[in-house]
Amino acid sequence: MIQMPEPDTAVLANRAGIIAALRQVAPDAVIDDPAETRVYECDALSAYRCAPLAVVLPRSTEEVSAVLGTCHRLGVPVVPRGAGTSLAGGSMPTADAVVIGLARMNRVLEIAPEDRLVRVQTGRTNLSVTTAVEGQGFFFAPDPSSQLACAIGGNIAMNSGGAHCLKYGVTTNNLLGVRLVLMDGTIVDLGGPSGEGPSLDLLGVICGAEGQLGIVTEATLRILPKPAGARPVLVAFDSSETAGACVAAIIRSGVLPVAIEFMDGPCIAATEAHSGAGYPDCEALLIIEVEGSDPEIDEQLGLIRAVAQSFDPIEFRESQSEDESRRIWLGRKSAFGAMGQLGDYICLDGTIPVSSLPAVLAEIGVLSKRYGLAVANVFHAGDGNMHPLILYDANTPGELDKAEALGADILRLCVRAGGCLTGEHGVGIEKRDLMREQYSSADLEAQMRVKDVFDPGWLLNAAKVFPLDLSAERKRLARLGAHHAS
Amino acid sequence: MRPESEAELAALIRQAERPLSITGGATRHHPGEGHGARLDMTGLQGVTLFEPAALTLVVRAGTSLASVEKMLADEGQMLGFEPACHPGSTIGGVFATNSSGPRRIQLGAARDALLGVRLVDGNGEIISNGGRVMKNVTGYDLVKLMAGSRGRLGALTELSLRTAPVPPASCTLALPALDAIGAIAALTTALGSPLDVSGAGWLPGSGALLRIEGLSGSVQTRTAELTRLLSGFCEVHVLDSDPWQQLRNGPQEGEGDLWRIVCRPSEAPALLAALPAPEMMDWGGGLILLRLPAGELPELPKFWGHARRISGAAPAILPAPDPVTSRLEAGLRQRFDPRGIFAGAE
Repeated sequence: MIQMPEPDTAVLANRAGIIAALRQVAPDAVIDDPAETRVYECDALSAYRCAPLAVVLPRSTEEVSAVLGTCHRLGVPVVPRGAGTSLAGGSMPTADAVVIGLARMNRVLEIAPEDRLVRVQTGRTNLSVTTAVEGQGFFFAPDPSSQLACAIGGNIAMNSGGAHCLKYGVTTNNLLGVRLVLMDGTIVDLGGPSGEGPSLDLLGVICGAEGQLGIVTEATLRILPKPAGARPVLVAFDSSETAGACVAAIIRSGVLPVAIEFMDGPCIAATEAHSGAGYPDCEALLIIEVEGSDPEIDEQLGLIRAVAQSFDPIEFRESQSEDESRRIWLGRKSAFGAMGQLGDYICLDGTIPVSSLPAVLAEIGVLSKRYGLAVANVFHAGDGNMHPLILYDANTPGELDKAEALGADILRLCVRAGGCLTGEHGVGIEKRDLMREQYSSADLEAQMRVKDVFDPGWLLNAAKVFPLDLSAERKRLARLGAHHAS
Repeated sequence: MRPESEAELAALIRQAERPLSITGGATRHHPGEGHGARLDMTGLQGVTLFEPAALTLVVRAGTSLASVEKMLADEGQMLGFEPACHPGSTIGGVFATNSSGPRRIQLGAARDALLGVRLVDGNGEIISNGGRVMKNVTGYDLVKLMAGSRGRLGALTELSLRTAPVPPASCTLALPALDAIGAIAALTTALGSPLDVSGAGWLPGSGALLRIEGLSGSVQTRTAELTRLLSGFCEVHVLDSDPWQQLRNGPQEGEGDLWRIVCRPSEAPALLAALPAPEMMDWGGGLILLRLPAGELPELPKFWGHARRISGAAPAILPAPDPVTSRLEAGLRQRFDPRGIFAGAE
C-alpha cells in the first residue's frame, strides 16, 4: 500500500472560507459539490483515490495566478491536473488539496511553421497539437500511447516520451519555452528560441518536475516537418536474447529507425487473442519502423534486413501496403488493452541500458516465478524503456500488495542493471519509496533544493516524487519559516 | 589546484576560502569569467564506459574533447551536436557551456545528448543525477540544469552522454548569391521540407549553406530534391569543401567585440537590418554572430531571444534579464554554492 500524508486539519476546518475565497477570484470556475469533486479523486493509477477539498478549472493564466495566490495566502496545498492520465498518481490529491485543472485552457495561441514552432495552452491534448499543424505538413513528435487524451501540461510535468522518441527525443527535447505560474501566483516566462534561455536552463528543470515547481499554462513546442512516409517491419525470434542482440546490432549498424518495439511471448499471445493482428507464434518479436521517401525507406530496410537475417529470425515480415503497416502496429498498440482482458495489471516503466536487455528479461522471468504472478513484457527496445506488465487479481486479498512487491523488485533490478526507476511515467506516488534505490541522500537533497527555491512553502503537489518522510520534514520546516525565497 | 579525483576535488572545494574558477581548457570564457583562482579540472581524465552498441559514453569531465572525438570516430560514432573544438577544450567545458553547432537543428543541443552527470557543488558535496539511459524521468532533471550552467552551480566530474553514428554520406549545397537577410527564406524553405536537413547556416562569400547526411542513396535523392526546391532563390552549387567546421567553431580572432544572438528565424531579418553584416549565421537563422566596435551596445527591435557579448572587456546581455528569473537563479546559486566559491565563474 502506498502511503499518503495526513491532510492538514486546519485547512479542512477552513473549507468553507477557502472555497469562498476561491470563488472571489475565479467566479465560475470552482467545483465544491462532493458528487462532482469525486471525479478528480484519482488518475490512471486508479487503485489509489482521495477526493480533494475543491476543484478549480481556470480559463486563463491570470486566473491560475489568482487562484494559486489565494491558496498560497491561506496555506492550502494544490495539485495541478492535466487530463488525469498519469499512471503514477501524479495528479492524485489529498483531502486538504485544491485541484487546479487545465482542461478549459486548450487553445492554440500561435502556429509558426516558418520558425517550426507552435504555442498552445497546456490543457490541450497531445494529439490535438499535431492535428492543429498537420494541415501545414508538421507534427509534434512526442507521442505517448495516451496521446488522444493526455494534456501537454502533463507531458511537460512528466517529460513524456512515446514510441517515436528514439529518433525525435522526448518532451524536454521538443520544448522551447513555457509560461509558468509559481505557487505564490508570480508569472514568469522561461526558455527561448531553440530552447535556449539567457542564463540557467530553468526550462530544462521544469520539464519532468511533476508539477512541483509551478503550473505551466502555456508552452512553445518544436514542430517538425512530416516525413514523406513510414514503414514498419516485424521480425520474429525464438528467444528474447536473440531479439535483444538484434536491437543492439541494428543500432550499431548506423541506421536510426524511428521506433523499435519489443513484445515477448505472453504479450504476443494475449494480443493475438484480443486483436487478431496475425502475429507469428514466437518467443519475442520486434517492430522496427523507418521514415523517409520510398527509396530511402527501401535503403534503410535493406540494411535492417541484412542485420536481422544474420540472427536467423523465425520470420521477417515487411509491409507492402498501408493496411499491412496498420496490422503490424495493431497488436503493439492494443497490447495494454489485451493484457487488461486477462485481468488487472500493474504497468511499470523501468528503463535499462539496451545491452542489459537479455539478462534483465531472464531475471524478470525468475522473479515472476518466485512471486507466482505472470509478467508480460512490451517495450521501446531502442532506448531500453521497458513496460513489464504484472498480472494480478484485484479481487483476491493481498494480490495487489504482492504485485506491488514484485514491481518494486523489478525496478530495483533495473537500477542495479545501470538503468532507472521510470523512463516515462514519472515517480508520482508510485515510486516515491524507491527513490533511495537510485539516489543518495545528497542526490535527493540537491533535487529538493530546487523545489525550495520555486515553492519554499512546499504547497505544490508536495506529496509526490520524494519519499514522504523527506517532503514531510520540508513542509514542517517551511511552516516554521526556516526556508526563504532568495 | 589540479585535483586528480572526485574526492580530492570535493576536499579542495570544502577547504576553499576564496572564489574559484572551474577551468578545463579555458577555451570558452565569456567576458567577466575566469577571474577567480584557477581550479584546473584536467586532472579528472579518462573513459569510465563506452558502449557503441548502446550509443553510450561515460567519461570524466577533464578529458580532452579531441581525444573523445577521436575515440568515437574510431568506432564510427560522433558527438551529434558538433561542439566547438579548440586546442585544450575539455568534454566538461562542452556541457558546462552547452556548446552546440550546426547539427543542433536535427539532433539537438549538447544538453539533449547529456544523460547523466556527477558533480561537486559549492558545499563540497558529491551529487549525481540522471544516469546512462535516455529515457529517465526519475526525479528532477538536474542534468539539464547543470548543462550550460557555466561552472556556477558545481564542478562537473563525470558525464554520461548519448553518441550518434557517423552518417555514411554527406553533401553540402551552397547558394552564394544570397546575403544574410536573403538567406533566411531559403534556409526556412529547406528546414520546412521533409528532407531531414542536418545543417542550415550562412557564411559571407559562401552564402546560404545546407547539409544533407545519411545513407548514400538517400543523400543523393534528397540533395537532388533540395536543389529543385531551392532553385527558385538563385543558383545552387554542390560544395566540395566543408564549411561546417568553421560554423561549429565560430568566428576567428578579429577587431571589436563578438556578439551572439539567439532568435526566431522569422525575426532575424529585422535584427539583421539593425546591425552590421554578420560573421556567420546558423540554426536556420536562429543563431547570429557578429562584431561591434569595442564597448558598443546594439540597438535592437523587440524580439524573442537574447543578444550577448561573448568577447571583449565587459559582459552584456540584452534584453536585461527579468527580475523573477534573476531571483530564481540567485536562489539556486545560493543553495548550490552558499559560500560563493564559484563566484569566480563570472
